[in-house]
Amino acid sequence: MRRILIIGATSAIAEATAREFAARGDALCLVGRDAGRLAAIAQDLGVRGAVRTATATLDVTDFAAHAGVIDLAERELGGLDTLLVAHGTLTDQAEAEASVDTLRREFDINAISVMALLTPVANRFAKQGFGSIAVISSVAGDRGRMSNYVYGSAKAAVSAFLSGLRQRLQKSGVNVLTIKPGFVDTPMTKDFPKGALWAKPEDVAKGIVKAIDKGRSVVYLPWFWSLIMLVIRNVPEFVFKRVKL
Amino acid sequence: MSGTSWGRYPRPAQQHLLMLRDRAAPLPPFSGSALPHGNGRSYGDSCLNDGGTLLCTRGLDRFIAFDPASGVLRCEAGVLLADILDLAVGQGWFLPVTPGTKYVTVGGAIANDVHGKNHHVAGCFSEHVNGFELLRSDGSRRWCSKTENADWFAATVAGLGLTGVITWAELRLQRVRGPWLGCETHRFDNLDEFFALSAASERDYEYTVAWIDCAARGAALGRGHFIRANHAAASDGPRPGRRRLGVPLTPPLSLINGLSLRAFNTLYFHRQRGRVSHALSHYEPYFYPLDAIADWNRIYGPRGFLQYQCVLPPAQAQAGLEELLRRIAASGSGSFLAVLKVFGTRPSAGILSFPRPGATLALDFPNNGQATFALLDALDEVVAGAGGAVYPAKDARLAGERFRQYFPAWNTLEPYLDPRFSSGFWRRVTE
Repeated sequence: MRRILIIGATSAIAEATAREFAARGDALCLVGRDAGRLAAIAQDLGVRGAVRTATATLDVTDFAAHAGVIDLAERELGGLDTLLVAHGTLTDQAEAEASVDTLRREFDINAISVMALLTPVANRFAKQGFGSIAVISSVAGDRGRMSNYVYGSAKAAVSAFLSGLRQRLQKSGVNVLTIKPGFVDTPMTKDFPKGALWAKPEDVAKGIVKAIDKGRSVVYLPWFWSLIMLVIRNVPEFVFKRVKL
Repeated sequence: MSGTSWGRYPRPAQQHLLMLRDRAAPLPPFSGSALPHGNGRSYGDSCLNDGGTLLCTRGLDRFIAFDPASGVLRCEAGVLLADILDLAVGQGWFLPVTPGTKYVTVGGAIANDVHGKNHHVAGCFSEHVNGFELLRSDGSRRWCSKTENADWFAATVAGLGLTGVITWAELRLQRVRGPWLGCETHRFDNLDEFFALSAASERDYEYTVAWIDCAARGAALGRGHFIRANHAAASDGPRPGRRRLGVPLTPPLSLINGLSLRAFNTLYFHRQRGRVSHALSHYEPYFYPLDAIADWNRIYGPRGFLQYQCVLPPAQAQAGLEELLRRIAASGSGSFLAVLKVFGTRPSAGILSFPRPGATLALDFPNNGQATFALLDALDEVVAGAGGAVYPAKDARLAGERFRQYFPAWNTLEPYLDPRFSSGFWRRVTE
């Protein structure tokens, strides 16, 4: 049985992932901003088989509150061995180009708060000598593109941070998983026209659970995004800068 | 989420889709009219609202509570019957009533008061609903049950989503001893034999249904297979494969035509050599044979298909069915799956509930334009003449006059309609 802390638990991908965990009888602590929705999700997970659920509200940019939430999760679940960080906002690129305040707020939510949460949890897991950290980054972090480079660069920071953390925790028996979803049909992307590349949150969730169980390092979901991003990463800059992406 | 219906006819020109995800939240703002839309398995336009908004309820897909001792389940309205089966069968519980697909939402099952092969013993879906919460466009919420707001319960059951959004419901599941059913298939040569088999099976069999060869004419008219079943005690057996076939794209023309129909129906009738066969069947292939083929509705091509389900009162049932089958066979536009069942006498709870005593026949017709519509109008003559009715959940073309004849109490629904809700079906049959 895993004891799992999920930050951003009301997000569609996180909720679908939590259902996978619940169905096999894990214990979950759900953290998000909306207490009502967290309670509804916790009830659902209980019916689906979670042995224990707890909830806590948190605005991730309230850095001073992070430690309290991690303590609460550990107390409620009787220990902690898995962390899934799933919160985030899809930055309005035009707004972030026009406003430094927006740029900084988006970085706080999508990058700094993630690193701030990972730091104490990583230290605890290192000390206890086991644990699994999984963070939802994005294919957008693989290369900055004009259409969403503010969001992409925040995710790039997260991916780089995780890469270093993985090396550091390798010896301590703690796995660090970087999850890079492609296009997923969720409320965050509700305004996009959907094509064949779009995946359902349930399918991404199955991929996440499998990758955590196998102790993988980096996973693209669905898998074909690894090929798409391989190409995108390797387009020479003199070509890339002339392309609209 | 596509905002289409299962028959792929009619095709709405423009609908605004809004996703509901939080049962406690107020409805999102919308302009014009709105309609709740579950999994889009209604066949015609009762789940469509062309020119308006669809309030998509699939995001309300959380369980709230399940008591494995009593079988009482609380869940949000966008939960699929398939989700309930996944949760409950392993714990010894089953749906008390199920339609021929498990890919419908709980809200949709209530809003159409669906029925199944056990109607003669279990009645409609709503008989097993303890209550539900109804959210109106004015923000008000009501708990509706047979004792509390009973008038709202009767209006909303089979109310086609027009009285408000069902946010969550409480259901009573039925106890079963496992996922298996003991099935018996009898070949019959005519409707006399069908009615005799059906009457003889009602007491001892929980599920009865027949498949009928609607391409047959003359002496073969009314031949088919009668299948009766009970939940079995067996706790194990060969599990069906989980692999789901699919129709990956829509062929440019319907694959269903006069030739393929006659061939299929004849082969199907002779599939079984003896008069009677016995089998132990898992509930999935037994209740949901077509769910094994994802998007099977695509085989009818880009023009889609029309489903026609009618009920004929007992006294007129046999003569009426013979006349319907004669008209269908003469048209050459038969149906792959013609399904025949005798309803029980349990009263239906909803003002617009379809099931009533008599025999019900369900047919699929490829949309061949005018010819198909003329045939269905001709079938309506028979049904109306016999004092029967047609099922709104499956309809895409009924004339308003016919609808009002089939459901004479239709306007008692009026005070309960949400003033900001409407559907393609409702405008068609009432305006």
